[in-house]
Amino acid sequence: MFKGVPILSIITFIPALAAVFLMMMSHLARPEGKIQIEKNAPRVALVTTLAVLGLTLLLVFGFDTTTSDYQFLEEFAWLGGGIKYRMGVDGISVLFILLTAFLTPLCIISSAKSVKSRMLEYMVAFLILETLMIGVFCALDMVLFYVFFEGVLLPMFIIIGVWGGKDKVYAAYKFFLYTLLGSVLMLAAMLWLYYYSGQVLGAGNATTNIAELSKLDISAVPQVFLWLAFFASFAVKMPMWPVHTWLPDAHVQAPTAGSVILAGILLKLGGYGFIRFSIPMFPDASLYFAPYVFWLSIIGIIYTSLVAYRQTDMKKLIAYSSVAHMGFVTMGIFALNMQGMQGAIFQMISHGIVSGALFFAVGVIYERMHTREIAFYGGIVKYMPMYAAVFMLFTMANVGLPGTSGFVGEILTMVGAYQVNPWIAFGAAFGMILSAVYALHLYREVIFGEVQNDKLEGMKDMTVREIVIMAPLVIMTIILGVYPSLITDITAVSVDALLAGVNAKLAGG
Amino acid sequence: MLYKIILFAPLIGALIAGLFGRRIGDKAAQVVTTALLLLSGILSWIAFVKIGYGHETAEINLFRWMDVGDFQANWALKIDTLTGIMLVVVTTVSALVHVYSWGYMKDDPGKARFFSYLSYFTFAMLVLVTSNNFIQMFFGWEGVGVASYLLIGFWYKKPSANAAAIKAFVTNRVGDVGLALGIMTIYLVFGSVNFDTVFAHVHDKQDLVLPFLGMEFGAIELIAGLLFIGAMGKSAQFILHVWLPDAMEGPTPVSALIHAATMVTAGVFLVCRAAPIYEAAPVVSGLVTMIGAFTAFFAATIGLVQNDIKRVIAFSTCSQLGYMFFAAGVGAYDAAMFHLFTHAFFKALLFLCAGSVIVALHHEQDMRKMGGIYKFVPATYILMIIGTLALTGVGIPAIGNFSGIGFAGFYSKDAIIEAAYAAGAGGNNAPAVFAFWAGLIAAGMTSFYSWRLIFMTFHGKFRGEQEELKHVHESPRNMVVPLILLGVGAVLAGVFFYGQFLGDHKTEFWGHGLPGGEHGAEAGGHHDFPIWVLWAPFVVTVLGLILAWFMYIRNNGTEKRIAAQANNGGGIFYKFLLNKWYIDELYEATLVRGARKLGDIFWKIGDIKIIDGFGPNGFAAVSMAVGKKLSKFQSGYLYHYAFVMLLGVAGLVALVSMKAVG
Repeated sequence: MFKGVPILSIITFIPALAAVFLMMMSHLARPEGKIQIEKNAPRVALVTTLAVLGLTLLLVFGFDTTTSDYQFLEEFAWLGGGIKYRMGVDGISVLFILLTAFLTPLCIISSAKSVKSRMLEYMVAFLILETLMIGVFCALDMVLFYVFFEGVLLPMFIIIGVWGGKDKVYAAYKFFLYTLLGSVLMLAAMLWLYYYSGQVLGAGNATTNIAELSKLDISAVPQVFLWLAFFASFAVKMPMWPVHTWLPDAHVQAPTAGSVILAGILLKLGGYGFIRFSIPMFPDASLYFAPYVFWLSIIGIIYTSLVAYRQTDMKKLIAYSSVAHMGFVTMGIFALNMQGMQGAIFQMISHGIVSGALFFAVGVIYERMHTREIAFYGGIVKYMPMYAAVFMLFTMANVGLPGTSGFVGEILTMVGAYQVNPWIAFGAAFGMILSAVYALHLYREVIFGEVQNDKLEGMKDMTVREIVIMAPLVIMTIILGVYPSLITDITAVSVDALLAGVNAKLAGG
Repeated sequence: MLYKIILFAPLIGALIAGLFGRRIGDKAAQVVTTALLLLSGILSWIAFVKIGYGHETAEINLFRWMDVGDFQANWALKIDTLTGIMLVVVTTVSALVHVYSWGYMKDDPGKARFFSYLSYFTFAMLVLVTSNNFIQMFFGWEGVGVASYLLIGFWYKKPSANAAAIKAFVTNRVGDVGLALGIMTIYLVFGSVNFDTVFAHVHDKQDLVLPFLGMEFGAIELIAGLLFIGAMGKSAQFILHVWLPDAMEGPTPVSALIHAATMVTAGVFLVCRAAPIYEAAPVVSGLVTMIGAFTAFFAATIGLVQNDIKRVIAFSTCSQLGYMFFAAGVGAYDAAMFHLFTHAFFKALLFLCAGSVIVALHHEQDMRKMGGIYKFVPATYILMIIGTLALTGVGIPAIGNFSGIGFAGFYSKDAIIEAAYAAGAGGNNAPAVFAFWAGLIAAGMTSFYSWRLIFMTFHGKFRGEQEELKHVHESPRNMVVPLILLGVGAVLAGVFFYGQFLGDHKTEFWGHGLPGGEHGAEAGGHHDFPIWVLWAPFVVTVLGLILAWFMYIRNNGTEKRIAAQANNGGGIFYKFLLNKWYIDELYEATLVRGARKLGDIFWKIGDIKIIDGFGPNGFAAVSMAVGKKLSKFQSGYLYHYAFVMLLGVAGLVALVSMKAVG
């Protein structure tokens, strides 16, 4: 399938083209027409993102799960000096593309109702965001990756900065400050890698090809520094404790769909980065630092779970719980074994769905009452039984109940970590208890109890639009929980090859 | 196919009632779920006969679940005697509870939801008992936990019900963590989580030593210990028992099904299922014996003084589960399973009778406000006496060639006490000796609190509002019929199945289903024990009855005097028991408050003061102080960012074009 068709570029750039189209139309149109275009912008965006989803599904069906080679390769001259436009996917990245393509239309559907101003610009921002997100996962060239990886933040800043809540400036500032530090260091590391590749491969052969770079043998000392530089960037994105404090603020200020993408996709960039760069390129350093990463993960899981329990704002609670769940991901990745790595990937996909759903769920009642204060609510199951049922499912998925997707990632990462160090699995398992504490606390305070607040009187249950958004998330949460092989079959060969490469390098060094 | 229907019928019922309950109406939801469970129940008895008498076993593969590296687990069914016993227990009690709930929940607006939860619970429980691997069992294990959480908190408007639901779930989670770690250890040691593979290789790993949390453990002992933590949570054993009494906030049919007959016995089932592991783990088996025996004793002491009719029965359940554990601990897995089997009937009966009383008295549960109502609820009264006779194990012990006869509990409980005696008789099993005496004393207390319940509820003068007495009425037929059927079980389950579980036919009955049968054999032959061992349970039971009669009939008011004394500062012992040894208070003061405190410290000091203070906010403060001129700093960040990024790319390009690489 797709022989000779640059399918990845097509999938990546369709949304950007649609964005350009929308802007041009709006620019060229007369004032009356502008209003018309603004009104139709969500429809255009929806059709575009659905088309992307359709193509991505075809891509996944056409994907060969028996090989770890990059597939659907594209290579064009770009900046010269070995820096090329290289695209391609393996079993790891293809799933993240699917996740992105899956969540974005849902965001569009939700935003078409909830966004009150500058609809056209909002849709443009989202479409560009999608292009950049997919681009990150397709890029096989370090420079191309860097452009997408950092570029993704720009529309996100704009979405928070323009459509965000009242402290949006502070939130965006914090977000910016954290990520800036990381990206500067990562950039320096990339320059070094490029330089080094020239030394090893001979002048003129310097490369930024990720696959080539992964084959380089780098001695231990530079590995340590490079690893740290990349870590600075990825740890912030995850986010890992103690560089996580930007996330709750960003979530609270972001509009609903912004939160969904933030939790669903952007948090995965860090984990993806670890898998794509840190582990294969710097295996010795990864092994060396793994214990530290473990401890940061465990502290993160326990610390942020306890903090989540004390939150009074629904979004903050879920944001802190995201940090805890990402702790399982870093723990799994650095276990450097099949269960850990596959579990981490699974956990990222699952968390993308579940936390996305939870943020949508908060959005549902926020739109009705315009507050996210937990204390404001209570007893709304009386008016919103269907909502209560859906919220219960995602609460349980968040808690990691077997049969939901949340369980698979948690158990696999713990199994992975246990083989390396039982203490770590023990600490993570402790997080299983705490997740029940905060998640059920939230559910009880919002959904159960007597209705104490008169303003809740007659709240409407989920609308058709909201059902359309929730239904696919519900279905995926259960399907992945009952038949996780849908994902693990795709990742298996690539992860196996990755680990084999790492082990070969470790043995050789 | 038979087994698949048994398993999936409840799930289908749950889905229909849950998803379409509001569309098809309460009545239809009720009919569908109940009919499917009756089907499942009847088929289970057929299966039981095929397995227990026809020696059928089966492995049925459904489809792949986890498949990552060598970590593999399928959705699959394992059918053997152990499973067969659980199938009949679960589906029979569940079907009867479904029927009973037609009457009990008659006026409840959430009926469809209720029946959906009940059926979902049954499905999860069936998955637990039919699993052929540890991971799928964990699915059922946590699934029943969720069902329990939903049903305890069924009356979601009551804050106490919500609190109890969360307490149950979280306490169980503590146990589940142990279980999960146990499963991980199993995978680490055996490279598999399938029962058959694991059990077949226990002997190869006998000498393996594993480091865990800074200490060295024998691998098998470690696994047994971790699994047992899970069992302690689910079966409400001492330390993790605190959720069970509070779980009585749920509707009474739920208490009967989940918190008496089925879910709480999952821990016992786990230990019996993993018997090959426990057989190879003598140290942990000793621990199981100790904890079980202590719980049997400890819960019985609390049961002596509780005033809520359901709580008395709840502590009784806790105590009886302790018996099952110490039976398993001394190797009498068959006796443990037999007690699990008989207990399901008479404890469900007691709970449902209590429910019948509660309905008759318009949801009064305080026994201090009951009394003298036996005339008004004769059927309930008689059946509750039957349940009590079964629970207290009334029967005539063996004399000479006469092998004894009695109610259900007589066979199973006496077998357990005797097994503990036999295990301890060798002189090198101190936990077993402890278990024997604890079990014996607890049997006396069981008799006391059970008869105290009967006397306070049905005898003497009515102590509630006289107005209320006029409305006291017997329950409708759809509630009484399940009671009668359970009553039949309470009378006959012992005498009828003794031969299979423990007696002459046990070898054929268990087949390969339960290793360690040679230990169980000791419990079987009554004749080898000294006469006093056979008669001791009988004697303490009678003593308990006499004492209860003395305190609550003859000298009624004795307890009131003690309670009054307690209010005046005296009666420390009474207060200690009434407050359940103050364990809830201890947990509240340490764990619950500790978690809140820590959460606040991490949040307000860790995140806000330290991380943000030195991080972004500190940076902002410094940069503001340094350059006030950068007034646009806060709004200009976006452009800075874009600028830095472009700078980076430009730098790379510059490098390239200058050929600096060479």
